[in-house]
Amino acid sequence: MRMLINVPETVVADALRGMAAAHPELTVDVERRVVVRRDAPVAGKVALVSGGGSGHEPLHGGFVGPGMLAAACPGEVFTSPVPDQMVRAAAAVDSGAGVLFVVKNYTGDVLNFDMAAELAEDEGIQVAKVLVDDDVAVTDSLYTAGRRGTGATLFVEKIAGAAAEEGAPLERVEAIARRVNARSRSFGVALSACTTPAKGSPTFDLPEGELELGVGIHGEPGRERRPMMTSREIADFAVHAVVEDLAPAGPVIALVNGMGATPLLELYGFNAEVQRVLGERRVAVARTLVGNYVTSLDMAGCSVTLCEVDEELLRLWDAPVQTPALRWGR
Amino acid sequence: MTETYGTDFLVRWLTAAAEAVDREADRLTELDSAIGDADHGANLKRGFAAVSETLAKEPPTTPGAVLTTAGRQLISTVGGASGPLYGTLLRRTGKALGDDERVTRAQLADALASGVAAVSQLGGAQAGDKTMLDALGPAVEGLRESFAAGRAAAEEGALATVPLRARKGRASYLGERSVGHQDPGATSSALLFAALDETAGAESPEVPA
Repeated sequence: MRMLINVPETVVADALRGMAAAHPELTVDVERRVVVRRDAPVAGKVALVSGGGSGHEPLHGGFVGPGMLAAACPGEVFTSPVPDQMVRAAAAVDSGAGVLFVVKNYTGDVLNFDMAAELAEDEGIQVAKVLVDDDVAVTDSLYTAGRRGTGATLFVEKIAGAAAEEGAPLERVEAIARRVNARSRSFGVALSACTTPAKGSPTFDLPEGELELGVGIHGEPGRERRPMMTSREIADFAVHAVVEDLAPAGPVIALVNGMGATPLLELYGFNAEVQRVLGERRVAVARTLVGNYVTSLDMAGCSVTLCEVDEELLRLWDAPVQTPALRWGR
Repeated sequence: MTETYGTDFLVRWLTAAAEAVDREADRLTELDSAIGDADHGANLKRGFAAVSETLAKEPPTTPGAVLTTAGRQLISTVGGASGPLYGTLLRRTGKALGDDERVTRAQLADALASGVAAVSQLGGAQAGDKTMLDALGPAVEGLRESFAAGRAAAEEGALATVPLRARKGRASYLGERSVGHQDPGATSSALLFAALDETAGAESPEVPA
């Protein structure tokens, strides 16, 4: 195992200490595992709180700041945070205008956020929830835990975060978040498994010359294994899967996301192929974001997420944002 | 005369469970890496360590309180799906035991049955979905007969998850590929009932590992 860590037990706390040192604009409670924008609570504004397992950086701590999340609670690696963290985060950022929990559809995240919402409401905090479930690789949702939440999380947090920053009330921020999720789809591909610090070896065995199609972001194997494909072939496969499901009538925002160990050289090359396929399918691309945003530790691979936007969603996407991982417009 | 069990018995059970989870953590994580996300052992180990620490520091005064305290502790420390699910199992079982100072095996089985029902409701899973319920359900029925029967039923239930296709939790995303692997949650549930049997000091029958 070659990892830049001390011991597996302290990786999350160590990362948070380092994050705090790098970002004085955030308040990082290392012990309680809560990352809060420094100026919270912001009077009269709805606060977005998200969280999930660690190992997906910059999701979620990297998306805390003006225009996006008010707070994030990182769990252990690939493990949802506990309700206590979420309640603390909500209490730290609630200005009285209410809190929106952004929850990815994994059993653990859903259960813990549900418990947290009840506890927060007991404390007099108005809470709404949006469930992100954009992964088209999960086909027979009736017989599974439902579609996973992956790349669309970034779209939901950015666009609903912008609405909150503008002063929209809780029900409106929630409605926008739901709309973004409903109009977003993703598909992921792994070229290698990832290694969790606790296990110390790859979470699944992927022989040289093969790839996994339809992976999530937790080192779990995908739906199907195939011989290695070219960037062009992968883009054809992934974009078709997304477009078939989303059937966009209007323009989209495209996220070409790296899983953690794939260099930008490859991601940009892959994006060229993604744009080609979208062009062939006559899908207009309004904005494109390329980089490592919703990662899976050191997994090599990528995912494609498309969000069909209207004028309002595009305006909110373009609105200023100032977080460690996403910043523009101010 | 029917044998009864007091607060100290429940504390010894959960302490034994914590030791078993600690001992088997790597195996649980290994099972989880095949069809999940490779954290089940580490997470339960952290949670049960906190449970035995809390029980030693602030000993509850009734069997029911032992279980509710332990359940709360699991919810606050484990995270993932197993925190709320195991936390709910113990909390609801504890609540069902009420304030009695001593309980019978039959009472414990009844209380556990309501705990298992709460887990099923919270996670929306049924028997046969390849989850912890496949061990917990049979274990409670076995427990009505004896501690050893509860343990054997839990272990059989865990083994019986191997050919199943997962319909809940992260393993469900693998579809057919989840077949052929033992469910880590059912396996850790079997550890709980093995620890219960050991605590009761009963002879345990031979069961396949």
